[in-house]
Amino acid sequence: MSIKVSNITKTYGDFVALDNVSVDLPTGQLTALLGPSGGGKSTLLRIIAGLESADTGQVNIEGTEATHLPPQKRNVGFVFQHYAAFKHMSVAKNIAFGLEIRKRSKDEIAQRVDELLELVHLSQFATRLPSQLSGGQRQRMALARALAVEPTVLLLDEPFGALDAKVRKELREWLRRLHDEVNVTTVFVTHDQEEALEVADEIVVINEGRIEQIGTPDELYDAPANDFVMSFLGPTTLIDGKLYRPHDIEVFTHPGIAGSLPARIVRELRVGFEVRLTVELLDAAHEEITVTVTRATQRSLGLRDGIDVWLSPTHGAVPSMGAVV
Amino acid sequence: MASEASRLREPLGVRIALRVVTIGYVFALVAVPTALVFKNAFSDGAGAFFDALKDPSVTHAFNLTIEITVISVLINLVFGLTMALLLVRYEFPGKRVLSALIDVPLSISPVVVGLALVLVYNGRTGWFGPTLESWGLRIIFSTPGMVMATVFVALPLVIRELVPVLSELGDDQEWAARSLGANGPQTFWRITLPGIKWALVYGVVLSLARSLGEFGAIKVVSGNIVGQTQTATLVVEQKYEGFDQTSAYAVAAVLAAAAMLCLVIVSILRPKEDSE
Repeated sequence: MSIKVSNITKTYGDFVALDNVSVDLPTGQLTALLGPSGGGKSTLLRIIAGLESADTGQVNIEGTEATHLPPQKRNVGFVFQHYAAFKHMSVAKNIAFGLEIRKRSKDEIAQRVDELLELVHLSQFATRLPSQLSGGQRQRMALARALAVEPTVLLLDEPFGALDAKVRKELREWLRRLHDEVNVTTVFVTHDQEEALEVADEIVVINEGRIEQIGTPDELYDAPANDFVMSFLGPTTLIDGKLYRPHDIEVFTHPGIAGSLPARIVRELRVGFEVRLTVELLDAAHEEITVTVTRATQRSLGLRDGIDVWLSPTHGAVPSMGAVV
Repeated sequence: MASEASRLREPLGVRIALRVVTIGYVFALVAVPTALVFKNAFSDGAGAFFDALKDPSVTHAFNLTIEITVISVLINLVFGLTMALLLVRYEFPGKRVLSALIDVPLSISPVVVGLALVLVYNGRTGWFGPTLESWGLRIIFSTPGMVMATVFVALPLVIRELVPVLSELGDDQEWAARSLGANGPQTFWRITLPGIKWALVYGVVLSLARSLGEFGAIKVVSGNIVGQTQTATLVVEQKYEGFDQTSAYAVAAVLAAAAMLCLVIVSILRPKEDSE
């Protein structure tokens, strides 16, 4: 195990940020700490980095007991949401910082900086100041700076949180490729489930200071441990007290399927290729359900406001077990 | 667009009136009186001006002022920096009280500061004065007391320049440096100090100007002994009251010129900060 966190508790006054959290993060993996804001995921990352200290519990990094080590002795690379670029230094100097602190030779530093500039595609910006870079470029610089010292683990705190949607998408694909290239144990914090599902090998879902579930993106999506994980990882809708994904409900324009529920479409909203239908069940409770179909399905079935339909959860759809959160 | 908007905002008459009032205000209060000091200093010619400055009591006063200013500014630099870091980067009980206390020198009259120091440190009835004097250390009517008074009145200037800049800078860069292997001193010299250097320069210049010009507190603690504990500002007063107007204006002009020079140097240096 590369990082072993045992029984970490951290409180700020009355607020419990982490409540007896234990997790093992294996070497070489890209792990996402996923959860809502204020759930404790950033605190956990900062405790691993040594930027905060836990009230109780241990942190072990690559077999070294690190609980009481200052951050400069943990050999972790840390990337901040707002880049934390050294504003008065050029891009190259930023990247060289950790190596200069380690008193490497001038030639070695120059060579390593060149390699890293290449790696993060910033070679032509070496002499620029951070203020002359875009957000995405600054974050790539911050990544190169963290990688320069060859850390045992790379920790990223909402690394793409301050970037606009398009750059964010590009950068997370790039991060995935970069990780496959340099293969350093990486942990990143995010509140964006799509980002976690797309990039991570393993996801740790954290909420209210506790770990809700640990698993691969597929495990989490297909077999969520509870309603919280189910609803955090994607949209849900409630039928008969069970949570389903809106795209896991099939829509028929005629009755006859065993167990299908009669309903009426009350609203439709088209977003790109998908159509979100709000459907009212024709039973006593008049429950409203959200169903997502593709544009093509909507056309072929002629689904529109006011028509009657019959609903049936798709074969193989896994409802959440309904654990109370 | 922005300039267009501001051009359209006020009618012409209002804008002209605003300008006249602002410029007139600054002229009547600052520019004209200061200019008159220089005019009067040279009213008997440059020779009389330089003769006045060559007077032994005047040269001694200038030397003493420089000595006290340099020591006070150094003390305020070190303590100001430490206090600002403490206030911004650390949480501790009594922080708000400390922060409020730092502004006390701004609100209290310097004369009161001088009297307070005399009460504590005078050689006969002060709290510590007799003890210190028995060790051969004289505070009141001597340079240490004058330095203390000057440090006291200029205390908030460095701190108040640094605190907002340090807060805005945040501690992300410092933590990033730590995670890259830098220890405390390395982080301070390589990351924190370059980030706050302009605020520091500005704070130092302000306290330099303030220390050069200190009068009230110095007058009380120094005893104003000619050729011994008389500083430049005290010379101005004494010469003026003794109807030696040329000398008074000459010394005053030098003090004013020194303070203005400080501000000019800063304003020349400062724009570079943005283009850097």
